[in-house]
Formats: sequence, structure tokens, C-alpha cells
Amino acid sequence: MPYIAVEAHLPGITGLLEYRKDSAEPIRDLTQFLLRGPNTLTEGERELIATIVSHNNECRFCSAAHTAATDLLFGESNTAACVKADIETAPVSEKMKALLTIAKQVQQSGKAVTTQAIERARNAGATDVEIHDTVLIAALFCLYNRYVDGLATVTPADSDFYKGLADRIVHHGYTRLPQGYDHLKK
Amino acid sequence: MAHIKVPEGVPGIRSLVMFRPETGRYLYELAQVLLRNESPLTPAERELIATHVSNRNECMFCMNSHAAAARELFGDKREVVDGVIHDIGSAPLTPKMKALLIIAGKVQINGREVKPEDIAEARKHGAADRDIHDTVLIAATFSMFNRYVDGLASLTPTDPKDYEAMGKRMSTLGYVLPKISDTCTKK
Repeated sequence: MPYIAVEAHLPGITGLLEYRKDSAEPIRDLTQFLLRGPNTLTEGERELIATIVSHNNECRFCSAAHTAATDLLFGESNTAACVKADIETAPVSEKMKALLTIAKQVQQSGKAVTTQAIERARNAGATDVEIHDTVLIAALFCLYNRYVDGLATVTPADSDFYKGLADRIVHHGYTRLPQGYDHLKK
Repeated sequence: MAHIKVPEGVPGIRSLVMFRPETGRYLYELAQVLLRNESPLTPAERELIATHVSNRNECMFCMNSHAAAARELFGDKREVVDGVIHDIGSAPLTPKMKALLIIAGKVQINGREVKPEDIAEARKHGAADRDIHDTVLIAATFSMFNRYVDGLASLTPTDPKDYEAMGKRMSTLGYVLPKISDTCTKK
């Protein structure tokens, strides 16, 4: 049971974002820009960064949600599964391996990011903006993962739930639904 | 030197939001909402949570700047700030603030570290849902800010006077996005 009274029909992050809307707005807007805004990294690549950080923070809700979103954007479930198992042997570009390695270091601590990791990304063609956005996406998911688990929100066990959520964050995005969430009440 | 080409001589998060104002505006908005908007916790208490999490993450820029803001806001009770930096156990805190800072410290490690007994302890001392929510979200937010600032190796000033000036600005003006034209004038 969540530590605070959130709406029972909104598990995970959604109930929290509805609980306090003035703080939810900049968090939603930041996520929308970072993961869906104009960028030289694809939406799938950016979701992959969210996935590896949530997976390493052992945040089951966020990990399942962003894995599902990555799968939907890539049209297959192999890439996300391989990245979670081992970045170096995963079927992604050298640049993505380097950026995902940076994201993994950020997950541990900002101080864990090494000059070598940055150099590797640069040698693989990563731009300053791509390195910046990788670090900020990874840091943002350290926020989300702690928010979701620190208040003990509900993690649905049903994989269909995450397919539905992925459909929403891929096709609508991260901003609040204009009609709110009452239609999700059973 | 920072890992990316940010404006020279500009410290910490300011240099990063000047590099990418498209994301910076939301980061400053979030800081302003969480640390200054309406909450059952005072701005001083919220700055103390930010200081404690940044200290645990060893993010010297965030720790020193938010400690400076907290000292300004606590006024003649400012010794609590150094008390918290040194040791929560012996700091002159109310039982409620102590329980909330313990929750914040656990959020800094990982959300899953927060246990029902931590929440029960805070409630026993008068914390309601909003106190607990705001504590967790501020701690989570500084787990982001600290990683952003150190992950890109932004400039960390070493002169305490620089932080005093930041603390005065943060306690009076709040979190206002720096203008690009400030590059040459702000140290």
C-alpha cells in the first residue's frame, strides 16, 4: 500500500503526479522535451536510457513501463532485454553503448562518470548535446525511481497494464491527459 | 573542466542551464515550486532537506549553495544547518524534522530503502501526507540535480564567499533562470 493517499485506480507514478499537480507540471514538461522533443537521438534510444537506469535502480514499475515503451518504439523486445543484460554485447551502435555506459555511471553517482566514458562517446560521434541529454535523462530517472519507490506506490503485476501505459507514453507522450484520468476507473 | 562546452567561469547548474535553456527552464521551475511554493514545510526546512541529500551525494556545489540558502532562511537559528551537515543525530532539530530527514537520507540511497516504520515515526511526530510527499520528492529531485551537476563535471567554486552570495540570491529571489547575457558578469 502506498505511504500516502493517492487515487487507487492510478498505480505507480501517475497517482503521484495527480496528487500534487504544481510539481508534476515541470516534471512532465521536462520529460516530454527530453524524451519526445526534437533530438538527434531517437525516441527509442532515449527510452533505452530510461530503461537501463530504472532497471539498475531496481524500480520495477519504471523498468517495466519504459521497457514496454522501448519495445513498442523498436518494434521488437530483443534490444531492451539485451541492454539490460549486458550493454557491450547488445545489438546497439558503439555510440549508444558509450552513452548507455555513461547513463549507468550516472545511476550510481554523478561522481562516477569517468573522463574515459565521455571520451569513448565523443570518439563514437556523440555531440555535447547528446552527452548532456544522456546525463540529464539518467538523472531524471533517478528522480522518478526514488519518487515511485520512496512512497511505495503500487506496481501492477499484469504485463498488459504496461502495454497500455507504453501505448499512452508513445502515442500521447508525458504531458497530462487533457481529460484527466477518471476514465481509467473500473 | 566540464565534460561539455558550457559558458566559462559560470558555476554548477547555472552553467548547465545556460548550455541547454530548453531543459533548464523546467529544472528551475521545479526547484522554485518544490522549495518556495506552498507546502506545510517552511522554505528553510525544505532547503535543509536539499542540503542533507546533496551532502550525502557529496555534491559540493549543491550542498554549499543550499546550505547557504538555508542559513539565510533560518536567520538566528542557522546553527541547525551545520548541525545537519555534521550529524543529524545531534543536530538541534524537532523530532518531526529529524524523522523527515532520515526518510530523505534513505531516498538518497534508493526509494526502496524507505520502510513503513520510517513513515510511522514521522507520522508519530505530526507529519501528514503532504510533509511526507514533499520530503520524498525534494530528496528525489536532489538525487537528480546532484547527478546532473557532477555527472557533467560542472565548475565547483571553492571560495565560501561565492556561496554566501548564492545563498542570499536563492533566499530572496528564489530560482530564476539565468540569462545567457549573464555569462560575462557572473562568476
